[in-house]
Amino acid sequence: MRTFRVLLAHELHLLAITASTYIAAAVFLGLTGFLYWFSLHQATDPSVNGGPTPVQSWFGVFWVPALVIIPQITMRAFAGESRSGMLGALFSTPVRPFQVVCAKFVAAYFFHMLLWVLALLFPLMAYWLLPGAQHSADGLLPLPTLLGGFVFVATSGSLYVATGLLASSLTRSTLVAALLCICALLLLLTAGSLLQQINPGLHVATDYVAARASYLDTFRHLDLFLRGIVDTRPLFLFGSGTMLALGLATLFVKNKA
Amino acid sequence: MPASASTSASPGAGVTVPGLDAPPVIEAVNLCKTYGGVTAIENLSLRVGRGEIVGFLGPNGAGKSTTMRILSGLMPATSGAAFISGIPVAWKPESAKMHLGYMPENNPLPEDLRVVEYLRWRAKLKGVPWRRVNAEVDGAMERCDLVRKTRGRLVGTLSKGFRQRVGIADALLGGPDVIILDEPTIGLDPHQILSIRRLIKNLGGRVAVLISSHILPEIEQMCDRVIIVNQGRVVASGTTAALRAEFIPRAKFTLAAAVTGAALEALLLPREPAASVEGTGRPGPDGVRRFTIGLPSCSALADGLLAFLWGAFPGKILEFHATPPDLEEIFIEATHRCWEDETKSRK
Repeated sequence: MRTFRVLLAHELHLLAITASTYIAAAVFLGLTGFLYWFSLHQATDPSVNGGPTPVQSWFGVFWVPALVIIPQITMRAFAGESRSGMLGALFSTPVRPFQVVCAKFVAAYFFHMLLWVLALLFPLMAYWLLPGAQHSADGLLPLPTLLGGFVFVATSGSLYVATGLLASSLTRSTLVAALLCICALLLLLTAGSLLQQINPGLHVATDYVAARASYLDTFRHLDLFLRGIVDTRPLFLFGSGTMLALGLATLFVKNKA
Repeated sequence: MPASASTSASPGAGVTVPGLDAPPVIEAVNLCKTYGGVTAIENLSLRVGRGEIVGFLGPNGAGKSTTMRILSGLMPATSGAAFISGIPVAWKPESAKMHLGYMPENNPLPEDLRVVEYLRWRAKLKGVPWRRVNAEVDGAMERCDLVRKTRGRLVGTLSKGFRQRVGIADALLGGPDVIILDEPTIGLDPHQILSIRRLIKNLGGRVAVLISSHILPEIEQMCDRVIIVNQGRVVASGTTAALRAEFIPRAKFTLAAAVTGAALEALLLPREPAASVEGTGRPGPDGVRRFTIGLPSCSALADGLLAFLWGAFPGKILEFHATPPDLEEIFIEATHRCWEDETKSRK
């Protein structure tokens, strides 16, 4: 446990002193701020009646900042350190690969969630600053949607960060790691929807495939969370996926040092 | 417990090593490593005793770094066993690494950390108790002369020499029994090499140091013993003097005298037919020529050569001294012998 704490403190310290952390944070907050402003703008369009609330629309495009930020915060974790030789130097001390993977995961996940917590300031700022917003609290600051959406980005985020680390453990090039991460995230985001679309053409075990496709459909889970319903099945899906990705990353890192 | 391996498994390894009566703190027993179909090291065995400084030499691609990485627990061997302080590296890597300080080739360091921050982090990782971390880091920095100039500086701003010192200070943390340094003097200027050499020499006697380098005079001056590897095998092991006797069986002498080469040969060859005389063809303004005289080490003439020459050419000898072959010559001879053996076995 001591080794894990030392590694985690080091990772957090590196995040705090590295310029790229602040650049990534600025990009993320700029993008989420723009997306919130855009959602707000759409919601005020008089031609759209009964559409989603700004917060629902905003969380609906959570994948855009995810695709930008997660490769940025995970690509160097193993790929960059392996190329520079730092990973080898690290493993010359009595550390275990899973301790290193876990420390990097917790640090990256912490940073990812910190950015989302900061991003939640946008709806709060709109609520406090826009004239008359406090009279329509259900529209601008719907608490169940906000909490549900946050739980969703927190749980799905763990899988996506772990996937980014797995991508980084597969290669020595940070660029390749980022591209692998983006491809893997796109696959995770769209696998359920794609399976549902191609299912009628498969002609075999249609119900089985449909059930699995529905289970993998990220946006169906998101829809439930945004209605304030916290379902345990997606929590299990994202949790087990995170464990699997971290386990595989540990195996690859062990052979990479 | 480590298997009773010895260097006698390898050619040139039959040399008796004084420091090895005690159990070795570094031991490799028949290590093999293959990458795909390529054999990087083959049945490599070595032993290093406590307090010894051992040079680990070999041409590029000989298997030095692979061996060091296996000993450091960074890479598994395909077969064979490695032990650090008697602990099997493959089975108990964490325990073995507690006794080990390793500086890899090129010494990668985090650019964004300050020297003291980096060393404190490494000390904690090596299991130094929290209360002793600062004292341990200060001690290592003191020994590597890092305290005054570089303590608070970012690693990324350090010169190559100071980066190497940081790497060695890191290897010293935690009081290891074994320090493995992979090319610690690579890319350094002569001043920096001198200070790193002093630093490494000061480590001798307390910890076992295994050090690889291409700068052979450095190794000769720093190390108690050398191990030469080629094509993944130990081709020579022992003190420089022992290897000299084994690989360069001829004694060499330098002579500056006002005589001709022909006169010298006419004097020496009747007494020692295996003698050789090489000299500069043109005499200096005072008629003095320089010669290199080669004699078999076992020749009776080798011991009393000066007296013999002085008797033959009284007053004409200006300079005479023995020229022992340096490590470079031993290295070249040992590696050539290995390549010749390889070629013969293929035929």
